[in-house]
Amino acid sequence: MKTDELIENLSETLEPVPRHWVLRQLLEGVGAGALVSFLILWVSMGFRPDLATAIHTSAYWMKFFYTLALALLGFWATERLARPSSKAGWAFLGIALVIFALTVLSGMQLMHAPAAARMPMIMGHSSRVCPWLIIGLSVPIFAGTFWSLQKLAPTRTVLAGTVAGFASGALGAWIYAFRCDETTAPFLLIFFTLGMAVVGLAGGLVARRVLRW
Amino acid sequence: MLAAEAELKSLMVAGLAGEKAAYRVLLTALGDVLRRYYSRRVGRDDAEDLVQDALIAIHTRRATYDQGQPFTPWLFAIARYKLLDFLRRKRVRVTVALDEADEIFAEDDSEAAMARRDLETLLSTLPEPTQALIRQVKIEGHSMQEAADKAGRSEVAVRVGIHRGLKTLSDRLRGKELP
Repeated sequence: MKTDELIENLSETLEPVPRHWVLRQLLEGVGAGALVSFLILWVSMGFRPDLATAIHTSAYWMKFFYTLALALLGFWATERLARPSSKAGWAFLGIALVIFALTVLSGMQLMHAPAAARMPMIMGHSSRVCPWLIIGLSVPIFAGTFWSLQKLAPTRTVLAGTVAGFASGALGAWIYAFRCDETTAPFLLIFFTLGMAVVGLAGGLVARRVLRW
Repeated sequence: MLAAEAELKSLMVAGLAGEKAAYRVLLTALGDVLRRYYSRRVGRDDAEDLVQDALIAIHTRRATYDQGQPFTPWLFAIARYKLLDFLRRKRVRVTVALDEADEIFAEDDSEAAMARRDLETLLSTLPEPTQALIRQVKIEGHSMQEAADKAGRSEVAVRVGIHRGLKTLSDRLRGKELP
C-alpha cells in the first residue's frame, strides 16, 4: 500500500523537535516586528519629551501596564490557538478582566470629575490620531506575528487571526505609550482599545487567506 | 480508546524526541485511525488521499503538539481541519467551473506569463529530478502515477519528492522553518 511508503519516508528523515518550538517561532516574528515598530517610533516621532518626569506618575504606568498586560495575554492566547485543539479560555478571561478593571477605573475618574471636565477627559487632545498611530505602529508586529503563525497550525483560523491581530495591536499600543502623553483612564480605555480592536479585526479578515496550511 | 490515547501519546512523545522506530509505529497506527475516520466521510479514493495529506500535516506540524495535553484531540483537530479544507476545495472547484468560467477565459495572460517566468527561476534552484516532478504534476497536470512511471519511481516517492520540493520552495520564499 502506498501510504506505507509515505510513512517510511517520513520516519526515515525524522528529526527531533527543539523544546518550546512554538513559543520560539512566535517570539522570532513578534520580536522582530516589535523592534521595527520601536525604531519607527523613535526615528519618526521620538518619545514624549517629558518621559523622565512622566515615569513618576501613575497615569504613565497605567498605560504601560494596560497595554503590556493585553499584549502578553493576547500572545499567550495566540500561542494556544496556534495549536490544533488547544483552548485559550484563561487568556480570554484575563483580557476581559484587564479591560473591566480599566472600565471601573475610568468610571471612577469620570464620577469624581466636574461635569464640564468629563468630555475633555474622554477626548484628550490626541483622540483623532491616537488609534491611527497605534494601528500604524502595529503593522510590523502584525506582519511578524502572521509570518510566525504560518509555520504553526491554527485550526480555528479566524479566531486565531483575530487574537493574533489584537495582541499585535496591544504591543503596538505599548510602544506608542512611550510617545503618548494623555493621562486619563477613559482616554486610554476608549482610544487605545479601539486601535487594538481594529488591528484584531484586520487579523480576523486576513486569517482565512493567510493562515491556511 | 483510553488505552489507545496513552499508547499513541507515548509514541508521539518518542517521535518528537527523534526516535524513528517509535515514530514509524505511530504513523502506521495513525494511518489506520485516519482511514477509518475519512472513509466514513468521503469516497474511498479521496479517503486515502486525505489520509496521506493528514499524515504529512501531522509530520510537518508535529511541533505544535503540546506534550502536556492529550494527544487524540490534537490528532482529530488536524484530521477535521484537513477534511474541511478538502470539502472547501472541492466546492471551490465546482464553483469555478460553473460561475466564473467567462471571467477566467477573458483574463489577460501577461501576468500569468510573468508569474511563470518567476516560477521557472525559483524551480531551477531545486535538484533536477524534483524540478521535473513538480513540472509534470503541478504545472502540466499529469497524475502522480504518470510521473512515477516516467521517473521509474514509486508513486509515494513522487508524492514525497514533490511535497519536499514545494516545501523547500516555500521555505526559500519566506525563510527557514522546521525540517
